[in-house]
Amino acid sequence: MEGWDPNTKSTLTQIPLLTIKAGPRDGAAWTQRLKEEYKALIAYTSMNKSKDNDWFRISAANPEGTRWKGKCWYVHNLLKYEFDLQFDIPVTYPATAPELELPELDGKTEKMYRGGKICLTVHFKPLWAKNCPRFGIAHALCLGLAPWLAAEIPVLVDSGMIKHKDDVATSSET
Amino acid sequence: MEVELKELLNDLQSLKKSISDPSHLALIDKMHLHAENIATLEKSGTTRRSKVKDMSAEVVDSNPYSRLMALQRMGIVKNYERIREFSVAIVGIGGVGSVAAEMLTRCGIGRLLLYDYDKVELANMNRLFFRPEQVGMTKTDAAVQTLSEINPDVMLESYTLNITTVQGFDTFMSSLTNKSFQPTMSGSGVDLVLSCVDNYEARMVVNQACNELNQTWMESGVSEDAVSGHIQLLIPGETACFACVPPLVVASGIDERTLKREGVCAASLPTTMGVVAGLLVQNTLKYLLKFGQVSRYLGYNALKDYFPTMEMKPNPQCSNAACLERQKEYILAKPTRDAAAKAKADMEALSAAENPVHADNEWNISVVDDELDGSDTRNSGVLPEGIVHELPVADEYLKPPNTEVVGPADDLEELRRQLEALNAD
Repeated sequence: MEGWDPNTKSTLTQIPLLTIKAGPRDGAAWTQRLKEEYKALIAYTSMNKSKDNDWFRISAANPEGTRWKGKCWYVHNLLKYEFDLQFDIPVTYPATAPELELPELDGKTEKMYRGGKICLTVHFKPLWAKNCPRFGIAHALCLGLAPWLAAEIPVLVDSGMIKHKDDVATSSET
Repeated sequence: MEVELKELLNDLQSLKKSISDPSHLALIDKMHLHAENIATLEKSGTTRRSKVKDMSAEVVDSNPYSRLMALQRMGIVKNYERIREFSVAIVGIGGVGSVAAEMLTRCGIGRLLLYDYDKVELANMNRLFFRPEQVGMTKTDAAVQTLSEINPDVMLESYTLNITTVQGFDTFMSSLTNKSFQPTMSGSGVDLVLSCVDNYEARMVVNQACNELNQTWMESGVSEDAVSGHIQLLIPGETACFACVPPLVVASGIDERTLKREGVCAASLPTTMGVVAGLLVQNTLKYLLKFGQVSRYLGYNALKDYFPTMEMKPNPQCSNAACLERQKEYILAKPTRDAAAKAKADMEALSAAENPVHADNEWNISVVDDELDGSDTRNSGVLPEGIVHELPVADEYLKPPNTEVVGPADDLEELRRQLEALNAD
């Protein structure tokens, strides 16, 4: 965990760790794991809200809890940039992390694979591998998506690749 | 095109008849000849060869298999024609997978199953196989188009899906177990699975499927900096599975810190990918047609032209449950394996009986099986020079202190409601 800012570190220690090593094909064990995922997500979301650092919404998009959809946002120069967020729980979960997708940014940055999957190879995958099965969705958002947004959104805004929705509205009116 | 050319030839004919100045005749004849040549080229471009019933060893220009059947005449392969009985599944039809598919198609493999969810892009043109006019097609469709033209004898099945999703995985598993091509096959419906994917997640999925099906497979990979690669043979229970040890990569041999990590996620070269595809299919042919020595792990370092090899025993503490089951079966089957090996050795001894290597054995020297009984052969973690682990091993699992922050709720629906309530405002 060297190189991570103290803020992320302290947040991370407060997200409950998971104990059950089970994936979507493991029946009842997966249901138990899913409960742990919810507990961690609830704890993380409440913590963000209490610290006035709310930055995502995520919910299961199917009853099995294998597909998730929501939103995430990032504030840059006092403007809020919001994106759709989605991912599947892979069959080999939690040995492999979910591949977080921001479909609206597909093709706009090189730090992304096809379909809008964000590139997590260097900063996140080794951590996930080291902490299997204790890390879950909440940890992936905290250690994978949050630093990615912090690094990429300012660059994308400054280079004009993405525009704030108000700017888009004004320019289309004129 | 064909109609247009016919019109052109007719027009030239009538022009020739109507013209009075004989000095132009030679030029018209020349034009006529050019048009005829174009017509022949056009025709040969569209003719597809018909299917061939039996592989012939006859050396004629029109036999697509003469050079392959020559392997048999030269004593390299015992029965080349057996290749038509084999089914190979290729997962990932990218820089390595597409080239491997073409090689196997040209070799006359019986059946190929192709899996990919991506589309062909112009950015793929630095690699082999796909053509610019195929941009926008799915990789599986584009591959079937090209491969069926190259060799109509190969049975092609294409699956446009993502094997890491729950649904994709089900289709993947059922396609591998379909035995309609060779109903007499024992085990799954394919002889070998080739993993040509570009990410750890998909490799773990192929590993999962093959461990569950007890399916031998080969893994291949090219590094993100495009200057190293590897192939690996995985036999469930017998060799390390992909989850037994953290993934191995060939070190590039240059200081990692000098590598530019910014910008693009992955670089690629047609050369490195072609080399790795070649190594992979070579190993595949040796495995299927039983010739030469099948490599267990072969690395390729392009900067130093270094090819490390190694073997890996399965990890008795592997995190993959299906792998542990296969390991148990492999240990249980040891007596059968030993008996078969002995029978084979006896047969060979019998055929060599006229000329024994050592007529007497004064010192009672005998060759002993050096295969240890599984459990204590855990990989010591010592890797050959130039091979490194790509990801760390999971830390020793410690029961975390009671970190329950949320109340005692343990009902899934209740938890879901709690999260939705938080999401609502």
